[in-house]
Amino acid sequence: MSLIDAIRLALTQIRVQKLKSFFTLLGVTIGVMFLIAVVSIVNGMSKYVEEDFAAKFLGVNTFTLRRFPNFQNGNVTEATWREWQRRPVITSEDADAIREALPTGAHWAMQDMRYATPASQYRNSGPQAMVAAVSAEYFLIKNLEVERGRVFTEQEEQIGQPVVVLGSETAETYFPNIDPLGKEIRLEGLPFRVIGVLKKQGSTFGISLDRQAIGPFHSDMRRVTHARMGIDGVLVQGSDVGNLQDSEEAAREVMRRRHHLRPADPDNFMFETSESALGFWQGIKQVLVIGGIVLPAIGLVVGAIVIMNIMLVAVADRTREIGIRKALGARRRDIMWQFLVESATLSIFGAILGIALGFGLSALIKSVTPLPSSVALWSIVVSVFLGAGVGIIAGIYPASRASRLDPILALRSD
Amino acid sequence: MSLIEQQIAMSTTAERQVVTGAPGAAPSADWVIVTRGITRDYDMGGEVVHALRGVEIAVRRNEYVAIMGPSGSGKSTLMNLIGCLDTPSAGEYWLNGELVSRMADDELARVRNREIGFVFQTFNLLPRATAQQNVELPLVYAGVSAAERKARAKEALERVQLGDRRDHRPNELSGGQRQRVAIARALVNRPAILLADEPTGNLDSTTSEEIMRVFEGLASSGQTVIMVTHEPDIAAHARRVVVLRDGRISSDETRETFLATLNARV
Ligand SMILES: Nc1ncnc2c1ncn2[C@@H]1O[C@H](COP(=O)(O)OP(=O)(O)OP(=O)(O)O)[C@@H](O)[C@H]1O
Ligand SMILES: [Mg+2]
Repeated sequence: MSLIDAIRLALTQIRVQKLKSFFTLLGVTIGVMFLIAVVSIVNGMSKYVEEDFAAKFLGVNTFTLRRFPNFQNGNVTEATWREWQRRPVITSEDADAIREALPTGAHWAMQDMRYATPASQYRNSGPQAMVAAVSAEYFLIKNLEVERGRVFTEQEEQIGQPVVVLGSETAETYFPNIDPLGKEIRLEGLPFRVIGVLKKQGSTFGISLDRQAIGPFHSDMRRVTHARMGIDGVLVQGSDVGNLQDSEEAAREVMRRRHHLRPADPDNFMFETSESALGFWQGIKQVLVIGGIVLPAIGLVVGAIVIMNIMLVAVADRTREIGIRKALGARRRDIMWQFLVESATLSIFGAILGIALGFGLSALIKSVTPLPSSVALWSIVVSVFLGAGVGIIAGIYPASRASRLDPILALRSD
Repeated sequence: MSLIEQQIAMSTTAERQVVTGAPGAAPSADWVIVTRGITRDYDMGGEVVHALRGVEIAVRRNEYVAIMGPSGSGKSTLMNLIGCLDTPSAGEYWLNGELVSRMADDELARVRNREIGFVFQTFNLLPRATAQQNVELPLVYAGVSAAERKARAKEALERVQLGDRRDHRPNELSGGQRQRVAIARALVNRPAILLADEPTGNLDSTTSEEIMRVFEGLASSGQTVIMVTHEPDIAAHARRVVVLRDGRISSDETRETFLATLNARV
């Protein structure tokens, strides 16, 4: 019997017993649905965290010298926490010294941040903005572009011009339907002239990246951020991976010297890279991937058991049919093949249903939670093969029983 | 058994052995079926039932044979063996020059598919398939292409006057029509022999006559036919009548002698 004949036969059988077929499929359907959904969540989040989040928050090919980690990977022990608190703060003098030591080609910026509520003549209260006092190359390293106006220059930064570049949302909030360029905005009571508005960036993990106010480090902005008490960090971008490593070595040497560390002492500062910051994500991902294997596996095993039982019942119900087929010349392998194709077709049907539901679940998660999810093409292919595999494995025993039936006894049954 | 009957039975057996050859040797080409001392024992949990106790039967191409005998005499058992649905416990069975009694499962399936057309008392049609699909079934297992299957099944159904019922399912057909579908199915692969085990057993007398006319037509067009029946007037359609009794052949005669003995007894 050809594959097409066998599939046609299987479809007829499934159509005849629609309801029974549907229940048979539940296990496989649910298994595949979870597979598709979990993979789509992991896939969506990976894409988002690794490309979007890492690029927006951390920049490409960069490290940030910090006192201690900003993104914590799991829980920190009390002892570690105390050690961190004892570390000397990083100062703008440290940053300047690092700048001197960097290899050519590397970009450098110091940054200090603090939340503050802006005020303009149009609006004197509203959502806070992330206020940043930074060096001029900050925009370059962070790949920040202006929608209107311009960013500040190296000279403006050096002489401390009281200018500011706003995030699109902050600009819109404090200058509703008004051109903010040239207008004054106050941060902690200190006045700054708006010279640019950044392009819209959207949000990451529910944090808007468009509520920002970025000013020159040497302006009053460093008073807004309390830079006297130490700065957040020093941002360095290498021209390539090698340059970045050289830069990190140079910065480490400078800092160890300035902190008077002996060769045996560990660093009392840290370098945050996109990998180190994404450590937390790797942890979440592992849990999700395990869930993404276990849940579908349970569904598929249950599905296989149900299909096997249903197929055994089908073989018992259709003993006479098997007898007729054998009497007319069906060989063992023809009967085996017929029931295997039937159970594989049934199971693939379940998988297809599961793929559809998985799409639905993925869309649902995307719409009701901040979790981004996007269905991975490979998971669809894997699901179809899993469906076929489960069907074939579950079908082997019933099919071989059917194929070994004695034709005379089978013909006599009813 | 009367003396005459015994003499006829013995003479035909002896004659047959001379013509069909010695045990182990392939019979000559005129013989479609040759059995040599086939037995069939059923082991019923310690107690052995001897359904066949050494049957010698030889059938030539184009013969039309009726098998008779009381209930439990082994008619169906013999038909299942001849039809390759079963294998003998001992003895030889040669079908078309091939030693079937030594064949493995898959080979038997091939022989059933190519050489044998089986018609059952209970029709044994697939209930959910149309007449056309039922008739196509042997061709499916013969690996015939869909287009050719369709054409040949159509032709076979037309041969039994059911060309206009091709899309009907068995429950939409009368008993006689169902049996004609089964005959078309048995013929569609052009088998060497057509076997029928009480083909009219489930039919009324008018329909039985109609089915017998179909067999008559097939036999006169050269089809080898072996048919089991209980009823002498059905057997009287055949040209040779074999009677089984208690797992052995008790008589094997032409229709004329069979009718003569039958009348003599009455
Ligand atoms: N599968 C089986 N297991 C055990 N015994 C069997 C089996 N099939 C047949 N027999 C026995 O073999 C003997 C012959 O049976 P068979 O069916 O060949 O008779 P029959 O001549 O066809 O009878 P009927 O006219 O009633 O159909 C009977 O005694 C029967 O009980
Ligand atoms: Mg019988």
